[in-house]
Amino acid sequence: MTEQQTSTVLDPVSGEAAGATAPASARWRAAVPSPTVLVLIGAAVAIVVVAGVTNDSFLTEGNMTNLLRQMVSTGLLALGMLLVILTGGIDLSVGSVVALTGIMSAGLVSGLPLPLAILAAIVVGVLCGTVNGLMVARFSLAPFVVTLASMTTFRGLTYVYSKTPITPTTPDFLTLGSQNVGAIPIAAIITLAMFALGWVLINRTSAGRALLGIGGNREAVRLAGVKVRRHLVLAYALSGLCAGVAGVILASRVGIAQPSVGQGFELDAIAACVIGGASLSGGRGTIGGTLAGVVLLGLIDNLLSLYDVQSYWQQVLKGLIIAVAILVRRGERQNT
Amino acid sequence: MKLELRGVRKGYGGVEVLHGVDLTAEGGRVLAIAGANGAGKSTLIKVLAGAVPLDGGQILLDGEPLTLRGPEDAQGLGFRTVYQELSLVPQMTVTENVLLGALPTKRGLVDWSAAHARVRALLEEIGFADIDPRVRAGKLSVARQQMVEIAKALAVEPRMLVLDEPSAVLAGTDLDRLFDLIRRLRERGVAILYVSHRLAEVMEISDSITVIKDGRVVDTLTPAHTSEDEIIALMAGRRLEQIYPDRVPEPGKPLLSVRGLSRDGVFDDVSFDLAAGEIVGMFGLVGSGRSEVARCVFGADRPTSGTVELDGAVTRFRTPGDAIGAGVALVTEDRKHSGLVLGMDVTDNTTFATMARISRAGLLDTRRRAANVQDMIERLGIHPPRPEMPVRHLSGGNQQKVVLAKWLLTRPRVLILDEPTRGVDMATRVDIYRMIDELTREGVAILLISSDLTEVLGATDRVLVMRGGRLVAEVGSADTTEDEVLAHSVGVAA
Repeated sequence: MTEQQTSTVLDPVSGEAAGATAPASARWRAAVPSPTVLVLIGAAVAIVVVAGVTNDSFLTEGNMTNLLRQMVSTGLLALGMLLVILTGGIDLSVGSVVALTGIMSAGLVSGLPLPLAILAAIVVGVLCGTVNGLMVARFSLAPFVVTLASMTTFRGLTYVYSKTPITPTTPDFLTLGSQNVGAIPIAAIITLAMFALGWVLINRTSAGRALLGIGGNREAVRLAGVKVRRHLVLAYALSGLCAGVAGVILASRVGIAQPSVGQGFELDAIAACVIGGASLSGGRGTIGGTLAGVVLLGLIDNLLSLYDVQSYWQQVLKGLIIAVAILVRRGERQNT
Repeated sequence: MKLELRGVRKGYGGVEVLHGVDLTAEGGRVLAIAGANGAGKSTLIKVLAGAVPLDGGQILLDGEPLTLRGPEDAQGLGFRTVYQELSLVPQMTVTENVLLGALPTKRGLVDWSAAHARVRALLEEIGFADIDPRVRAGKLSVARQQMVEIAKALAVEPRMLVLDEPSAVLAGTDLDRLFDLIRRLRERGVAILYVSHRLAEVMEISDSITVIKDGRVVDTLTPAHTSEDEIIALMAGRRLEQIYPDRVPEPGKPLLSVRGLSRDGVFDDVSFDLAAGEIVGMFGLVGSGRSEVARCVFGADRPTSGTVELDGAVTRFRTPGDAIGAGVALVTEDRKHSGLVLGMDVTDNTTFATMARISRAGLLDTRRRAANVQDMIERLGIHPPRPEMPVRHLSGGNQQKVVLAKWLLTRPRVLILDEPTRGVDMATRVDIYRMIDELTREGVAILLISSDLTEVLGATDRVLVMRGGRLVAEVGSADTTEDEVLAHSVGVAA
């Protein structure tokens, strides 16, 4: 009996489906935007067009630069968050890590050369994430609880480091957050570069595929020889890294590091991932979708401010938009 | 009662699965539905349970047209369905599961003693009085959970009972008890639909057999006037000349030796050898410890004592990764739970065990990965041949092929297969037996764990029998009978 005969017997139903759609090239399929991303891009374009027509200050270079800059924190945090969410986890501590690393970079720069101060702060971010990862992986604790606890702990450490805001003594410290290359902020370029690296990690490395597999079926990938714990620690450590970079950039942009900064940032990051198609139960989510979610959230914030909408109404609208985005996705999934 | 399906059509996302099915179920009769994977059995069951709306055709109840708008409608009419996938809430007690949403109350509070008594009576009725209604469902064996599902379906007197592969996890006396129950329900006038791959059971229990293939009814037969071979041929659309390949046992040098392997409370002092080119079967009832032995050999669980030797040297697999590196592979018994990441595609699922090997400096060699996957799709005849298809959408048989592909890519020298043909149609089973046979010619040693007696004798060279966590017998497959193996497994002299 040949393979050919087998397949004709076995699955005629799906066989018809196979005839209907030509197989996509495996090499490029990860690069083709999913329907979710296309919907989000469509929504973003629609918003830009409407805003550009109705508001004179929207499409100005100044506002665009500003918009990009506003997206950096949420963008970086969402990128790290996505890696954690893919594994079926969550990282609530990122807002506190932003505060801790921000204030440490601003403080350390008075005693250390600038690059070293920044590096040290980012390393602290990685350490924070690693602690989260170890708790989750080693002791099999629920990520929600672990990072809820560390959220408080890291915030506390921030205040231990300094109860009052720190103004960095080196003027160069402000470069990272406030300088542009042309009209594009350096911070936005860094963020995009990290998204590109994130795409490579998820789609082109065995570690990235393992993260998705862990979220999809942890036992199956464990039995396939994937080192689950190590990969979990990696995901949280990278989330800490992203939060560290975000913390330094934010302190540098504002020009003063507040110990109270970053509260609620984790929620925007989670929202961006979810809008972009990530599943909180793990195993689903894309870099493109998350980036689109970040852009959409950023646009909404920016526009509502331009239109002088009261900040409470901003929250109401943002919440509604997240709900709509999730409903759209749900419909989409049922169709497949 | 008489329930008729007339020209029922149903499709998903533009692909029609049922192309006009006619079927008649009558009270007091057992109708078996046989069909290969992807034939449309699951969809048919969902139609009867009111879980999916019809695209065309109609359902008649005693001649009157019937519309099922949802599962509630079907249940209101007394149509009960026991799905193959268990749907118990593991954290809740047996009583809560069985009476879910209908717990008896007294003055507004749950009357627990009445509830337990009611469930105890139900369990007694189905012949499983030994299940304690107060224990958590998750603590029961899968076979017991299956019976709790059935008790749940009977909590309200059914007019029709649909059983989807009920015997997948039952063996031996459990199955006999299920058959007794089915016969009693039949006498009470319940219409029973028995969906199964296992033709021996179908022949034994049913009054008539409807064979479906490609979403159409091929024929309806009575057991007295047909044979298993005929049904297989109808299901497959061709005749399968021979199910098991002819084997002349030629064991080579010993590859894997298990010595005194024990895991506290699970199995004890298990020793056996696997030689190159050999297929060794392992039989035992559910709970006898066979799968657990395999998991310990593979490094998925830790043994309490004992050793595993590979090529005569003692090895210690601390993780599955160690075992894979040494050339040992394990196809686990439950592909949905521990074999596949259902939401991910064929490519990912096929390469999870070999991703690290085909990476350079951390980056996947995607060209090589695609080539490996393509190779496996062709070699195993995975259908449809689309690497980017989420495995969720594949039929059971093809899902199993993806699991096999994952392990074949690791180039194992020792391949442990735990229930590799469960929920797999006959044509795919034949393919799997053939593939195993071919592997042994390349010197691979195979351990085939199965609760299917015919398979465990037909596809192997010799059989190890386990009972209560111990290896109790070893017999040559050609010199024994099913009765003898079964007798060893339950502990009575043959």
